[in-house]
Amino acid sequence: MRGGMGKTFAIVVVILAIASAVPIVRHTWTPPVDISTHGHLIDAQLNDTMVEVGISFLAAQFVLALFVWMSSAPNSKIKSFPGGAKGLVIAALVLVGSEVIALGAFGQKAWAEVYFRPAVPDAVQIQTQAGQFAFYFRYPGPDGKFGPLHPDKIDEGNQNFFGLDPANDVDSRDDIVTGELAIPIHREVHLMMHAKDVGHSFYVRELRIQQDFVPGLDLSVHFTATQIGRYEIVCTQLCGLGHYNMKAYLNTLSQEDYDKWLKDKAAQQ
Amino acid sequence: MAEASAHVVQHGPPTTFLRKYVFSVDHKVIGKQYYGLALVAVFVGMFLSWLMRLHLINPNGKIWGLHYLSAVGAPGDVMTPEYYLSLLTMHGTLMVFFVLTNAPFAAFGNYFLPIQIGAEDMAFPRFNMMSFWTTFLAFCFLISAFFVPDGPPISGWTAYAPLSAVGSDAGPGLGMGQTLWGLSIFTFCIGSLLGALNFIATTLDLRAKGMTLSRMPIPSWAWFITSCIALLAFAVLLPACLLLILDRVAGTSFFIPAGLVISDKLQPHAGGSPLLWQHLFWFFGHPEVYIAILPSMGIVSHILINSMRKPLLSHKVVINCMIAIGFLSYMVWGHHMFVSGMNPYSSLEFTFPTLIITIPATILTLIWLASLYGAKLRITTASLFALGFISMFVSGGVSGLFLAQPSIDIYLHATYFVVGHFHMVMGVASLFGVFAGTYFWFPKMTGHMMSETLGKIHFWITFVGAYCIFMPFHYLGLAGNVRRYSAFTDDFLIPLIPVHKFITYAAILTGLGQMIFLYNLIHSRFKGAPAPDNPWDCTSLEWSVPSPPPWDNFGGKHPVVYHDPYQYSVKGESGKDFVMQTSPERVAEPNA
Repeated sequence: MRGGMGKTFAIVVVILAIASAVPIVRHTWTPPVDISTHGHLIDAQLNDTMVEVGISFLAAQFVLALFVWMSSAPNSKIKSFPGGAKGLVIAALVLVGSEVIALGAFGQKAWAEVYFRPAVPDAVQIQTQAGQFAFYFRYPGPDGKFGPLHPDKIDEGNQNFFGLDPANDVDSRDDIVTGELAIPIHREVHLMMHAKDVGHSFYVRELRIQQDFVPGLDLSVHFTATQIGRYEIVCTQLCGLGHYNMKAYLNTLSQEDYDKWLKDKAAQQ
Repeated sequence: MAEASAHVVQHGPPTTFLRKYVFSVDHKVIGKQYYGLALVAVFVGMFLSWLMRLHLINPNGKIWGLHYLSAVGAPGDVMTPEYYLSLLTMHGTLMVFFVLTNAPFAAFGNYFLPIQIGAEDMAFPRFNMMSFWTTFLAFCFLISAFFVPDGPPISGWTAYAPLSAVGSDAGPGLGMGQTLWGLSIFTFCIGSLLGALNFIATTLDLRAKGMTLSRMPIPSWAWFITSCIALLAFAVLLPACLLLILDRVAGTSFFIPAGLVISDKLQPHAGGSPLLWQHLFWFFGHPEVYIAILPSMGIVSHILINSMRKPLLSHKVVINCMIAIGFLSYMVWGHHMFVSGMNPYSSLEFTFPTLIITIPATILTLIWLASLYGAKLRITTASLFALGFISMFVSGGVSGLFLAQPSIDIYLHATYFVVGHFHMVMGVASLFGVFAGTYFWFPKMTGHMMSETLGKIHFWITFVGAYCIFMPFHYLGLAGNVRRYSAFTDDFLIPLIPVHKFITYAAILTGLGQMIFLYNLIHSRFKGAPAPDNPWDCTSLEWSVPSPPPWDNFGGKHPVVYHDPYQYSVKGESGKDFVMQTSPERVAEPNA
């Protein structure tokens, strides 16, 4: 068959495009159920983008296949695309331009929810420290105040992960340090983050939260969980040989259970 | 714009073996040297990716013979997590710098830019020789990191500080290996800067009579624009690497803040900023994506036009889109850093240019597609790879729309979605340009034809294989699969391991397919049928000279250019369906 190789190409492109789209359409691999108050905005943005991208992807691959098929025919004649380049440029400017500006503008809603407003004043205050290759969390205790940090006093052997000095700092004496993060649901959590050594990141898929720890910078995120459960917190910033194994657990509890958990932890300190 | 008409004799013919094949000032030899270096780098890089893929699907399993590569990194043939990260770092560095920068830009650009514009050589032939040998030195520095006691660096090709800056306290591979990495990239930047300057001067000063800028073929334009990008990008990475090396060996603190406790030791640094490294790195890093892809866009356009037997819908729009992409590439680097802790308001400043870059990229794609309408396709291996490039560019490009949006990036950042995106658009699409260029220009470069049958087998394996490897990466990312993990031990990652197995098998098979390419390349070099001067009926200047061209390209003659570059399917006086740029014959209705 003359032009067979071109036609084969067209068929293979169509098959590959459809095969690529099937797992997306069937939702074979998707983000897990969202357990945050802001996550639905991110999910909606992801879905809208997926629809627009999916249509553009399939349309471009099909048109490529169609035109290659047509121009592989043995009797094909040289013709010019009707309308010329000008029409295409205008179409791209108007259609793609408005599409991407809209995506960019609407997408800011979810971003603004996480980053443009400060945490509410009565948010649960929790501090987290990332170090090779563990996360630690600190609660301020009954006095509601965090004691100051002294990096020179960090001593993992003596379980002084944060470098606290309770002997001299009154505020540190009731601070609660744990290896897992417990939070109450339906209350905003203000997570204050710092790194002990190198860069790390805090990622909880279900919370739709990812934020790097940057050495030397005090950063924070805030979020509100809506469901009770146990979820994995993982590091997503390459931090050394144990990076793949750097994780902690997030327990989202009812307010009652959270209060009880906090009390038990305080008793253990 | 008026053409530059000065004809400069840069050098005489080579007189000794060393001058001819090793320390040559001939741009064609240097182009081949770059190609050879990229070829070695790509196979080493691919081999490393095989090892990584094998490890990922069975982290405690043995990879036979691996301890020969590193007794420390693979005791009893079982790869350690840190050695996985070493291979990952070396794979990324080799591929981005020594393959994707060297092959489409330095190798083909060196060989064909002067010939396409009618010059006898580059503007500064000695500089040119120096750029290659500087790049070669950079390669030696990098490879030597395999042989230092604590192994190659583990901080990834992005070498984020402070992990890359604090030294071996932070883990294996961060001692001498990381310093060698810094030295290698520092040296690479010097070579690339010299090369970029040379390309720019050559394009502006050495065009033949009649070769106006608008008459330059698209690849020459692409190399010229890429040189302008490279000049600014490498000029930032160069000092960044110097600062990183100083932090490591001279006790400075450019990227290291106060109060870091690593391995229970308080680090003697204060005042530095890890984000400064990220800004400097990505100010280079994002334009680097376009340094890799623009030359391939040029090469693919050139080959498509030749196979379609008609010019693209608009030469001018294509050039303007490439310029727009180059310009915008400097305004988007922060989209790599949405969750890095930089001011969240700056995400607005980075997301819109990133989204807007979609417009020239879409126009280019539409022009390629619309130009295919009503074409008379001659399918060769080169044209298959050029068509495959369009498919790959679309597939890899569209996923960028997700990552350009900071809100979605909160979820997808640092997942395999990103890995899938950049491998497809920057890696595979760009390599398809290199493959297309190889099959197309091999006859000119060696005087021998490559086997089309083997070439087509190679194409089908690579095309289908690349989809099988890189499309599933996107699915993994949607499920939240974090990248740069040497094993998947988390509860939510374990169910994804079957997908990784599929990718590993696809990667090994597709990699084996590349052996067909290597065989074809070597076999054809010696046994391929003799190549005529113009086997593809092409119009540009490189096809007006013998295959391979003489040392001074045009045999002492001064070429004169009469036409715009792509006079296909026109009525000339010779009766053929094309008119060469150097042919003085009149064309009834010339293509613009």
